[in-house]
Amino acid sequence: MTEMRMREALREALREEMLRDERVFLMGEDIGAYGGSYTVTRGLLDEFGPDRVRDTPISESGIVGAGIGAALSGLRPMVEIMTINFSLLAMDQIVNNASKFLYMSAGQFNVPLVLRMASGGGSQLGATHSHSFEGMYAHFPGLKVVCPSNPADAKGLLKQAFRDENPVIFIEHSALYSMKGEVPDDPDFRISFGKARIAREGTDVTIVGYSGSVHQALRAATMLEEQEQISAEVIDLRCLRPLDMETVIASVKKTNRAVIVEDDWKFGGFGGELSAQIMEKAFDWLDAPVARVSGKDVPMPYNRNLEFAALPSEEDVVEAVLAML
Amino acid sequence: MPPRTKTAPRTAPKPAPKPAGLGGERLGHFLYQMLLIRRFEERTGEMYTKGKVRGFLHLYIGEEACAVGAINALEPQDKLITHYRDHGHALARGIEAPRVMAELFARVDGTSKGRGGSMHIFDKAKNFFGGHAIVGGHMPVAVGLALGSKMKKEDAVTMCVFGDGGVAEGEFHEALNLSALWDVPVVWFCENNGYGMGLPLAKSNANDIYKLAEAYRMPSVRVDGMDVIGVYEATKTAVEFCRAGNGPYFIEAMTHRYRGHSMADAELYRDKAEVEESRKGDAIERLKKAMLADGLMDGSGYEALVARVEEEVGAAIAFADASPQPEISTLFDNIYRESPND
Repeated sequence: MTEMRMREALREALREEMLRDERVFLMGEDIGAYGGSYTVTRGLLDEFGPDRVRDTPISESGIVGAGIGAALSGLRPMVEIMTINFSLLAMDQIVNNASKFLYMSAGQFNVPLVLRMASGGGSQLGATHSHSFEGMYAHFPGLKVVCPSNPADAKGLLKQAFRDENPVIFIEHSALYSMKGEVPDDPDFRISFGKARIAREGTDVTIVGYSGSVHQALRAATMLEEQEQISAEVIDLRCLRPLDMETVIASVKKTNRAVIVEDDWKFGGFGGELSAQIMEKAFDWLDAPVARVSGKDVPMPYNRNLEFAALPSEEDVVEAVLAML
Repeated sequence: MPPRTKTAPRTAPKPAPKPAGLGGERLGHFLYQMLLIRRFEERTGEMYTKGKVRGFLHLYIGEEACAVGAINALEPQDKLITHYRDHGHALARGIEAPRVMAELFARVDGTSKGRGGSMHIFDKAKNFFGGHAIVGGHMPVAVGLALGSKMKKEDAVTMCVFGDGGVAEGEFHEALNLSALWDVPVVWFCENNGYGMGLPLAKSNANDIYKLAEAYRMPSVRVDGMDVIGVYEATKTAVEFCRAGNGPYFIEAMTHRYRGHSMADAELYRDKAEVEESRKGDAIERLKKAMLADGLMDGSGYEALVARVEEEVGAAIAFADASPQPEISTLFDNIYRESPND
């Protein structure tokens, strides 16, 4: 095990995959000479050259489409969309082309494309630069949606993404890039998709999160234990599609209570899907209605205090747990 | 900005005026394919009114010289991606008429086993990367197909067919820019039939289409899209240019759509006389007359072609009608392809 930041774990995954498979190449805005806006790709241009680390113009639809075409040609492209906010400009490519080529061609053409993008608010970037669209992408059949919460998962899941035969939307919370963690040294370390992680075991309540919200859930669990002697189990979904409901349901059947935490807007968000599935699959085990702790339904404000008020916090999670006990 | 390393000719070469070197056999094949497409489309229209073909149906009648001229300039390893008015392209690429018709009938023997429909014909064996139904949406994919060939050092050119309606989309401009920037082997083939659905070209594009491509510094020509030989010659030049590693090439083919945008189109936006006028330059008639005049075919030879096409399209319909409906149990097939460690 080696301790590293999440951006370094991601870089290692990219580097190892490029060394392993010559079909792997990277495209994106300022991923080369600039080193990537979150410095994930720093140094890769020098090592692999401009063909395999391709700086692109600011043409999100163009470069995602080009990635799809390259994937159809038998290559294994990774396209970095600087942030998830800009992926809106590539929605037609993602939703109409990447996710449907296999189905519409009755299995003839698959699109093994990795699309990486940074997500999340909390940096006073205002309404257009603070989105959390993980749940929106999980809505589309044909896409896989992966959102790691720590360096080891980031590496293992990203390496797995390059082995997948389908388009993978790989979403990295921008607040986690500098997070440190132990990462296995095994060059073949991978984490299969659709396997949630029990981040903390507990008996009284299940708190489900993904990406950045896993950390709110963990901090809330600590507060609940220290202040209220409540034992919370925390589940890190890792992937929204494929979704590991088995792990969630097994936990809920043990604790009889569930709280869902996410940065995304509450209305129509992924938490609603989780809540519905828990209700459908574990109704008789629930001692309280499933609770959702989500981002507030507002465009993200610039002001720091307002932004904090709009995002879910560990205090909100604690409050939600106490309200159901 | 730095000059592109490979200088593209600023004035595009004019297509050869006369079919020098095109033998009677090749011209006969062009005529056969154009007749096949037209009859296929006429009968498909009938099948639509009978309810055998559903969804949106966009007929290619009038534009046959574009598909036949352009696609015959490709080699089997070349890649083709096109828009939703795609039956003509599929047939010109050699996809069997019965399989295309079975797709229109939504049956299991269709090119996509009834999942795609008229606007989404795919055939991997023919490097046919689809009919695509979001206007302009397939153009960036074409850049990637060509980039893939270039990176893998394959001897393959990508042809991307789109309509004049796609030119006002942002994806047109992103794709042309990327193709020139990266010097990838794409033949951009614009079928300009004068209308984006019902909107005439003058109301959708601020400049001539081939001039837009010139702004992206690639050779760009306008050709008579009702002249199959001219289309073929121009496309041959373009394909050779791309195959030699010179980057992209743009062709605007001026053509006419005799029918409405789709079967749902009442054509309130244009006069019947305009369509009648355009029929006077019909590509099939022109080639037929030229071949008769040059002694490459006689009247009975032509009648034999017509009879052959009639029989083939009839057989395609019979095949499609006899093909089973897909089983409901296969509804979820091919959403994801199995992967290692799934």
